[in-house]
Amino acid sequence: MATTDILMPALSPTMTEGKLAKWLKQVGDAVAPGDVIAEIETDKATMEVEAVDEGKLAEILVPEGTENVAVNAPIARLAANGAATAAPQPPTPQPAAPQPVAPPPHANGTLRPAAPPPAPLAAPDPAWGATRAITVRVALRDAMAAEMERDPTVFLIGEEVAQYQGAYKISEGLLDRFGPKRVIDTPITEHGFTGLAIGAAMAGLRPILEFMTFNFAMQAIDQIINSAAKTRYMSGGQMACPIVFRGPNGAAARVGAQHSQDYASWYAHIPGLKVVAPWSAADAFGLLRAAIRDPNPVIFLENEILYGHSFDCPTDPDFILPIGRAKIERPGTHVTLVGYGITVGTAMQAADLLAAQGIEAEVLNLRTLRPLDLPTLLDSVKKTSRVVVVEEGWPVCGIGAEIIAAVTEGCWDWLDAPPARVHGADVPLPYAANLEKLALPQAAHVVAAVKGLF
Amino acid sequence: MAASTERKPGKPPAKAAPSASLSQSEMRQAFRAMLLIRRFEERAGQLYGMGLIGGFCHLYIGQEAVVTGVQLALEDGDQVITSYRDHGHMLACGMQPRGVMAELTGRRDGYSRGKGGSMHMFSREKNFFGGHGIVGAQVSLGTGIGFANHYRGNNRVCVTYFGEGASNQGQVYESFNLAALMKLPVVYVIENNRYGMGTSVDRASASRNLAQNGAPWGIPGDQVDGMDVAAVLAAARRAVAHCRAGNGPYLLEMLTYRYRGHSMSDPAKYRTRDEVAKMRAEHDPIDHLRAAMLEAGLTEADIKPIEDEVKQIVQDAAEFAQSSPEPDPAELWTDVLAPEPAGG
Repeated sequence: MATTDILMPALSPTMTEGKLAKWLKQVGDAVAPGDVIAEIETDKATMEVEAVDEGKLAEILVPEGTENVAVNAPIARLAANGAATAAPQPPTPQPAAPQPVAPPPHANGTLRPAAPPPAPLAAPDPAWGATRAITVRVALRDAMAAEMERDPTVFLIGEEVAQYQGAYKISEGLLDRFGPKRVIDTPITEHGFTGLAIGAAMAGLRPILEFMTFNFAMQAIDQIINSAAKTRYMSGGQMACPIVFRGPNGAAARVGAQHSQDYASWYAHIPGLKVVAPWSAADAFGLLRAAIRDPNPVIFLENEILYGHSFDCPTDPDFILPIGRAKIERPGTHVTLVGYGITVGTAMQAADLLAAQGIEAEVLNLRTLRPLDLPTLLDSVKKTSRVVVVEEGWPVCGIGAEIIAAVTEGCWDWLDAPPARVHGADVPLPYAANLEKLALPQAAHVVAAVKGLF
Repeated sequence: MAASTERKPGKPPAKAAPSASLSQSEMRQAFRAMLLIRRFEERAGQLYGMGLIGGFCHLYIGQEAVVTGVQLALEDGDQVITSYRDHGHMLACGMQPRGVMAELTGRRDGYSRGKGGSMHMFSREKNFFGGHGIVGAQVSLGTGIGFANHYRGNNRVCVTYFGEGASNQGQVYESFNLAALMKLPVVYVIENNRYGMGTSVDRASASRNLAQNGAPWGIPGDQVDGMDVAAVLAAARRAVAHCRAGNGPYLLEMLTYRYRGHSMSDPAKYRTRDEVAKMRAEHDPIDHLRAAMLEAGLTEADIKPIEDEVKQIVQDAAEFAQSSPEPDPAELWTDVLAPEPAGG
């Protein structure tokens, strides 16, 4: 007669043994799938054990009341009825005890993929020919329009993006040009419309989602991280989420602590996201186009103060910049100043002041915060042997901390001075004009930090 | 729809059609689908007990009529999205039991190549959009899939399942508002199995009739006996037709019951053994349909081959899931990001 062993089950993710508290079936009893046959006490609770196979209880191997019964030990024997039920296979030997694991591929002791960053879209900053001065605002609008012309699955969604023409007028004219199907006003419902846009991206559309500011994205950050960033991985590569989350990030002008936070380090922490922070109009135009075409979720951190600033931007209709490449905005030999977004401008001002004092600073515009362009960063620091990171964000676990870790890992032997940071004061941003100014990095702070390295 | 204070499963609401309203072919199809889920889940529970499945594992036993009835009302191309209690939905969508079980055991032939587990599986081919572990998140996502249907004008409907526990999440109501405002083709299905983990619906929701929870936005809603596959099918047809006709979302509250704990490690002290035993004895969806089949003139000789086939499929899936190798270590680094487009 065919028999099947009933094994001591694990009833929690951590259980290794338990007490067989009570048998609810006796030898000779018929058993059907789903019948409760015994009760088992774990360290946490008393649980019921149900039969999976049908048959007759032929033998009880572990009497009730027995303590410390190991998981997977046979506790009873079941005789099959008539046509033998397919006997469950004894468990294939599992790695019950932790086995030595081959170390994952890594670089510099960090658990990063060994593979280099993906190939850029194009060589960085080729000569794109003629330029004209445009504001960051117009560059962003024109980038969206160009991509909406190119791809009918691209649409813009957010609060006040359509009829109001954008809370900061970034989407001015787009409703007239593309109509209400593709330029979509939402209610004030960040969690809901962010989830909606991510679902639409999973279903194959390419949303551009505007947050009125990134401060409001905190209401939706679960969807950005748990749904947009992780689903490709969790699906073994089956699912995609081509979406751009864009809007102003960081301090504006005296809008207080809840409307002034820099979220760069929050998003740059997350595998599965790309994070871009443009400074100039060329950055804004070229990188937003690349972000919209990117098959991954991209966080696009703009800055309200920069919207009205003008920069020269290539007029070539094909102009686009690669995500993942930094740019040397100003070459120098004595110190590398690293910035992103608005602090690139702060670093440029500081470089002017330093030049007047005989110090030639190289200014590195990171452009992308994830993936970081480490080769360009390290090459620059190897050349200058000094580095100061300039960021609006708070210092603890910030972008500056990450850059300095990368520099000390990657070019320790080239450094002539400890890396330094200039960052936002470690307080919620105050409202008063004088206090706000004290809390944000100024060119003078950068100059002082640089002079401390010599 | 009249508001009702009745929320016990098993009580046929006014609109329920008797099981006899199913054709014999529909009965066979529904019986096979429900039995496959039941036997699959029992086996998953066993493999969990043997240590072959790790982490969280939420079984669907007791609720089989819900996904089975709804699926029978769908057409090819319609989409499905749900929470972490998702094994039944995947099988109902036609995903392979081997691939689902191999994902449960964390092996390379699993639907997510071993990187998702019980709560995170997907099939683009079968339009199954997951498998989501954050309670309520799939409601906004499903609304977005409905948005994509609307944008494309493809006449497809997205069925978005969630539990009565998730129905207290804020984003559910943000989604209702958006779907009603934009007239999105989304059937919201609340699987009210009476317990959000260990908290009964009466302790969690001030709403006495979840089917009416979309009423402020004008979303029609029906309370349905979720233990009766025929009643589920009739309600789902009504809801799907409403959406496909361009009338916007529809809400179905399925009164159902889960026999097992919230997850495998739930001792279920929040309800009595008698309550569970009574549901199993009096309202089991599979027993109920089996009886209806015999009444409708089918015989044990019609049913037995289905039972044997299901047993074989599940046995095969369990063996496959144990013999499939673990993922290659290199898989640790794949699928984080999609490759960039060529050219640009």
